[in-house]
Amino acid sequence: MIVIGIIIAAFIYVLPTFKPALWPHKKINLGLDLQGGMHLVLEVDTQKAVEGTVERIAQELKDQVKKEHIRNIIIDRIEGTKISVIIRDPDKVAEFDKLLDKDFKDLRILSRSNDGENLVIAMNLPDKRTDQIKKMATDQALETIRNRIDQFGVSEPDIRRQGEKRLLIQLPGIKDTKRAKELIGKTAQLEFKLVDETHDLDAALKGNLPPDSQILYQVKEDPLTRRTSETPFLIKKRSLLSGAYLTDARVQIDSQYNEPYVGIDFNRKGARIFERITAANVKKRLAIVLDNKVYSAPVIQEKISGGSARITGNFSAEEARDLAIVLRAGALPAPVNIIEERTVGPSLGSDSINKGLMSMCIGGILVVLFMIIYYKTSGLIADFALILNILLIAGGLAGFQATLTLPGIAGVILTIGMAVDANVLIFERIREELGLGKTPRAAVDAGYGRATLTILDANVTTLIAALVLFQFGTGPVKGFAVTLSLGVIASLFTALVLTRAIFDYLLINRKTKTLSI
Amino acid sequence: MQFIKSDININFIGKRKIAFIVSSVMILISIASLIIHGGPRYGIDFAGGTLIQVKFLNPTAIDDIKSGLATIGLKKSSIQTFGASDDNEYLIRTDKSLMTDKELSEEVFQALKFSTKNDLEIRRIEMVGPQVGKDLREKALFAMFFSLLFITIYISGRFEFKWILSGVMAGALMGAVYFLSLFHVSIPFLIGAALIVTLILFWFLQLKYAMGAIVALIHDVSITVGIFSICGKEFTLPIIAALLTIIGYSLNDTIIVFDRIRENLRKKQKNPLQTIINSSINETLSRTVLTSLTTLAVVVCLFTMGGGIIHDFAFAMIIGILVGTYSSIYVASPILIAWQVQKKQK
Repeated sequence: MIVIGIIIAAFIYVLPTFKPALWPHKKINLGLDLQGGMHLVLEVDTQKAVEGTVERIAQELKDQVKKEHIRNIIIDRIEGTKISVIIRDPDKVAEFDKLLDKDFKDLRILSRSNDGENLVIAMNLPDKRTDQIKKMATDQALETIRNRIDQFGVSEPDIRRQGEKRLLIQLPGIKDTKRAKELIGKTAQLEFKLVDETHDLDAALKGNLPPDSQILYQVKEDPLTRRTSETPFLIKKRSLLSGAYLTDARVQIDSQYNEPYVGIDFNRKGARIFERITAANVKKRLAIVLDNKVYSAPVIQEKISGGSARITGNFSAEEARDLAIVLRAGALPAPVNIIEERTVGPSLGSDSINKGLMSMCIGGILVVLFMIIYYKTSGLIADFALILNILLIAGGLAGFQATLTLPGIAGVILTIGMAVDANVLIFERIREELGLGKTPRAAVDAGYGRATLTILDANVTTLIAALVLFQFGTGPVKGFAVTLSLGVIASLFTALVLTRAIFDYLLINRKTKTLSI
Repeated sequence: MQFIKSDININFIGKRKIAFIVSSVMILISIASLIIHGGPRYGIDFAGGTLIQVKFLNPTAIDDIKSGLATIGLKKSSIQTFGASDDNEYLIRTDKSLMTDKELSEEVFQALKFSTKNDLEIRRIEMVGPQVGKDLREKALFAMFFSLLFITIYISGRFEFKWILSGVMAGALMGAVYFLSLFHVSIPFLIGAALIVTLILFWFLQLKYAMGAIVALIHDVSITVGIFSICGKEFTLPIIAALLTIIGYSLNDTIIVFDRIRENLRKKQKNPLQTIINSSINETLSRTVLTSLTTLAVVVCLFTMGGGIIHDFAFAMIIGILVGTYSSIYVASPILIAWQVQKKQK
């Protein structure tokens, strides 16, 4: 009864894969190597997230110092994640310390030394805090990328964290890999910064850079010749407003030039800031900077209230759409790098399935024929078990929602070869017992009895290897481990329970004197 | 039908010295090949780099592909045909892991289309960064080591009822390996040392079945790796999967022989160990050969028809099955005798 129940269950699970209409259960998942798609591993540059936080704190510190009118103090971010403070006026030390104690308790003081007249303080963030920032950066990157992919519209994407700062992304069936990568990999750090018009750009390009400014480029690509040109801008380092205040971003078409642009809306706080900075800087140029590239730098004509702005920049419709998606989904807390990429075209995938199934069928037929020739009726029983075995593996794959990969198909094929092993062991044993002059009934009993332990021992070791492989493997290799484990378990079941039941049935009902083995 | 008669009695044990020499020579050749080739030839999974599989519509000269790649700065890439020759498929491999924003596949597509004047399709791109490659290499070694260790615990437990002894030993070894790996000790060196320590421990703790099994496994894996190295084939993730499967498979064979030895030891206690082992091998010979044949048959199907991607995997399995069958007869069981000889001398 149990036997029949298990077979029916397996059958039900497999059914949807072949006739989806009949049974509304889930199909067997195909791996990326079989259906085509893209597998990416990203590494989040968490160090950059720490640097960003430190930069923000340094900026805040500068603001506070200015607000409290503490003069003669130089504050800078050095060596990536440290803040250095140089106080030139000894009278101001007490005031500064008070400020530090009040608003910047987070900072850890690394050193405090007198350099002549000056007091030099170096500070950074405690390790616990940096670890937290790093962890949050990865979590946030995962969320943001998931958001972006959801909005982009990929069916059944798989996005998960891998280790400390890596993200594994699987996008089945994706065709435009270039677009997908740009969408995922873009930091999308949107900033509004003033163009530095008090200093000379040419002098700055020659290396005479004002301390509060930086050179950023506007990159333009000619759609016909595909050549890019870069225009330098001298931009103030200080960011006035960032993408964090966005509520919406969408593609709109400019009615005058018929060109797409991205319209953005700020939340209330953002709108207030935007209004303030536009009011304070009329007739100056405000640069819209995305990931340290200047998109446009229009002159502010008048105070802008209402909290809307537009980003223009010779976009194609697709580029505008993707930019809107990344702005809506938010910026990545730190840049990400693609450290592993595997892309399989759909045609290769279907080739692989066909070839895999082909060799599976031929291999299977060879084994089935051999068993019948070698063991006659008993061979037929073993073949029946073998076919059920494959059904069970398929049912297991569908039931556990495991993924079938090309190595996975190889695993099934291998199991076909090895599954008969258990039966061969039993049959050889039965033959031996028959050779000793036992009756068929006794020989079958003794054969199964003796062989059971051996079969268990032999299969457990294969299972151990398969489980280790499962732990270690990624993607396709994991698929192999899954089918191999399922195969081992299924063959244990078919050999020890199923064929045994068939033999028992045959031998009890007719008082057989001979056994076809 | 019967290939091997039930009263067969081949003197396997008597020929163990010859087998020993054959095995040693094969292992030495494997090691020599590895040394000559400067270690195993890693595929991009382990070495890092980029692999591009392209399919042309019409036959294409490799030189045209080369000149096309040279125009986009991939002059140093290696190109080899893939699958059957009338498929017009090629594998292009470069050491560089191209992680820039530049869209490589499009660049390659344009460059090759221009240089070969032939329509093509980019079927697969795999890029692995150097750090990932190194991580995977270490993970693969750990996987091999741990599966060996777990299997030996199981064998000593099942065959000699030394669960605790072998468990403690394996636990200590694992701890030591883990601890040392924190100190940036070279992982291959560490695993090699751990294996040697394992073997020595087995010898002194008299875990003879486990010792026999593990020697056979190391024998199988090293010969398979050696043949791969001689054939100039690359090590990729699926090959590691194949090696682990070979471990499982070869052990399967070994255990079945061991099991019979254990049974016969109980039944015929008077007979000398040599005779018992020999008759056990003979009694299970029919099964050993049959199973190897059926498994070999399907793997050969996979090798010839499974397509290029699975080709090397199937190749490794074929070698593994052949060597594994041989080793369970000629390597694992004679190790048991080595103990007896040792005892007599004392």
